[in-house]
Amino acid sequence: MSERAESAVGMPSRAGWQVPWTLIVFLMALSLPWIGSRYDTFLGTQIAIYSLFALSLNLLLGTTGLVSFGHAAYFGIGSYACGILMKIVAVPFWLAFPAAGLIAALFAAGFGFFCVRLTKIYFAMLTLAFSQIVWAVCFKWNDLTGGDQGLPDVPFPDLGWMAALPGFDRMRIAEQFYVLALVLVALSVAALRRLTGSPFGRVLTTIRENPERAAFIGVNVRLYELAAFTIAGGFAGLSGALFGIFNRGVFADFVFWSKSADVMIMTILGGMHHFWGPAVGALVLTLLNQQITAHTEFWPFVLGTILIVLLFVFPGGILGALDVALSRMSKRRDA
Amino acid sequence: MDASFLFSQFMGGLTAAMFLFLIASGLSLVFGVMRVLNFAHGSFYMIGAYLAWQVVNWLQPMPERFWPAVLAASFGVALLGAIIERLLLRHLYDREELYQLLFTYALVLVLGDAAKFLWGTQQLSVSRPPVLGGGIEIFGTLVPHYNLFIMLFGPLVALSVWLMLTRTTMGRMVRAAALDREMLGALGANVGWLYTGMFALASFLAGLSGALVTPIQSIVPGMDVEIIVQAFIVVVIGGLGSFWGTFLGSVIYGQVLSFGILVFPGFSLFSVFALMAVILILRPWGLLGRPMR
Repeated sequence: MSERAESAVGMPSRAGWQVPWTLIVFLMALSLPWIGSRYDTFLGTQIAIYSLFALSLNLLLGTTGLVSFGHAAYFGIGSYACGILMKIVAVPFWLAFPAAGLIAALFAAGFGFFCVRLTKIYFAMLTLAFSQIVWAVCFKWNDLTGGDQGLPDVPFPDLGWMAALPGFDRMRIAEQFYVLALVLVALSVAALRRLTGSPFGRVLTTIRENPERAAFIGVNVRLYELAAFTIAGGFAGLSGALFGIFNRGVFADFVFWSKSADVMIMTILGGMHHFWGPAVGALVLTLLNQQITAHTEFWPFVLGTILIVLLFVFPGGILGALDVALSRMSKRRDA
Repeated sequence: MDASFLFSQFMGGLTAAMFLFLIASGLSLVFGVMRVLNFAHGSFYMIGAYLAWQVVNWLQPMPERFWPAVLAASFGVALLGAIIERLLLRHLYDREELYQLLFTYALVLVLGDAAKFLWGTQQLSVSRPPVLGGGIEIFGTLVPHYNLFIMLFGPLVALSVWLMLTRTTMGRMVRAAALDREMLGALGANVGWLYTGMFALASFLAGLSGALVTPIQSIVPGMDVEIIVQAFIVVVIGGLGSFWGTFLGSVIYGQVLSFGILVFPGFSLFSVFALMAVILILRPWGLLGRPMR
């Protein structure tokens, strides 16, 4: 497991030149508003935002080995923070967006302080308890969050400047927002990737593999876990901020525990031992959801069945299964 | 705020507590023995309620049709639990907790939709059994006989399960399995079937409580998730895997909820979640639980 994770964390390739896959994927995604339909762009925005959300969870789940069952709390806090700042305080987006990430990270640091003291199942339960507290507050605090009515009509950021760029003039605001969201997600993901590959990320992986040994060689395990929890919460907050704008409103179910489970399913579906796994999971699950809900209202049934098949047949997720298939093929070639 | 009002709040809290206790005891049992946190326990409860409604409908002209329905629903759900454990859950015991958690979550999704498919989304209700149709006045509050029955039945079930766990060979084996599964297997016990039996028993308790709740609450989709969150809080407060802890947790939960409404109206939900978080921080293994190795 650790060997696979090593290659997934991604050291720069020893060979001199490598196909810049990430750049290619980014450019392809960026061209979506010109080559695809409005609906494609809509789906693209959702996939980009969920990718960031799932990747932020994987800093805990895959990298550090912490099972957080309440990650939606930070997504929701980011959404509410950005939504309230933009709609009620009328703060511009370029200020509200980082503020949302910061507020979510602060909450994550506060809750995480208690959570990292516990291990395994107790850690999962306490993260769940905190996220349900956040949910109960969001659901009931009418004056701040709109309670069960939520916070509708979060405005789009002012993207007038984008229309001045060549090729952007005919674009609708939703498509301009897609470009903005894609760039912000790409920057955040790049930061997450740098972090995972850095010495800091290496220590987190060590903690995942053997926390006692990590403590033995002098690593302050709790502090590192808290740092990972805070950073993951911050990035979840950033994705939540984008989602609130994309969704044209923030609602209490953003924080509900089923949302935490959804993002966890994305992460496992793509493969939590690969850096890009959660993004693949977000892509596949979003497209699948869109296909299946067109035919039947029983999406949860399908999702549950997919999850069961995944747990029993492909515990490594899509990328894990691909890995196994590829290594089998190359072995055959070598022989 | 007079005494009779306080008393009626107290009785309301106690009835809710005894219900929760029936449900949460199964959740606690599964965790105590198998170390599996079963999110699907609420789904078993919901299936029990729907099954009871179904049987009551089939036995239409019979006056006391509620009782056979309760029995049929409990055994039906126990069977469902046994099948799920044998076919699927069994293969996940030596995997990480994450996979077990997600498996039971997948069951929540699948069973929730299956119930919607079979019974639709409209509210269903079952009338109180005629034998317990009346009520009794205590301190100026009318308490239905059915609620009194539940308040006695909860502790009775607790006592019988507790006696089974402490006094019988089966119970000793269950406790041994909770401590060291491999050792028990090496001593010649059939641990596989023991686990199936425990899971079926826990499912039985869930089905039973689901069936018993139907005369008080209408059956709606979503009751599975609502109850599992509550049962979850109860077992965390009392101590996962501790039987008397679950009892204590239920009583505390019922009273906090019913008096919390008076202290912070609208925020009673918040107060129970906060209580759960405080307990997890100070004593993660709960009030009467023991730390997990």
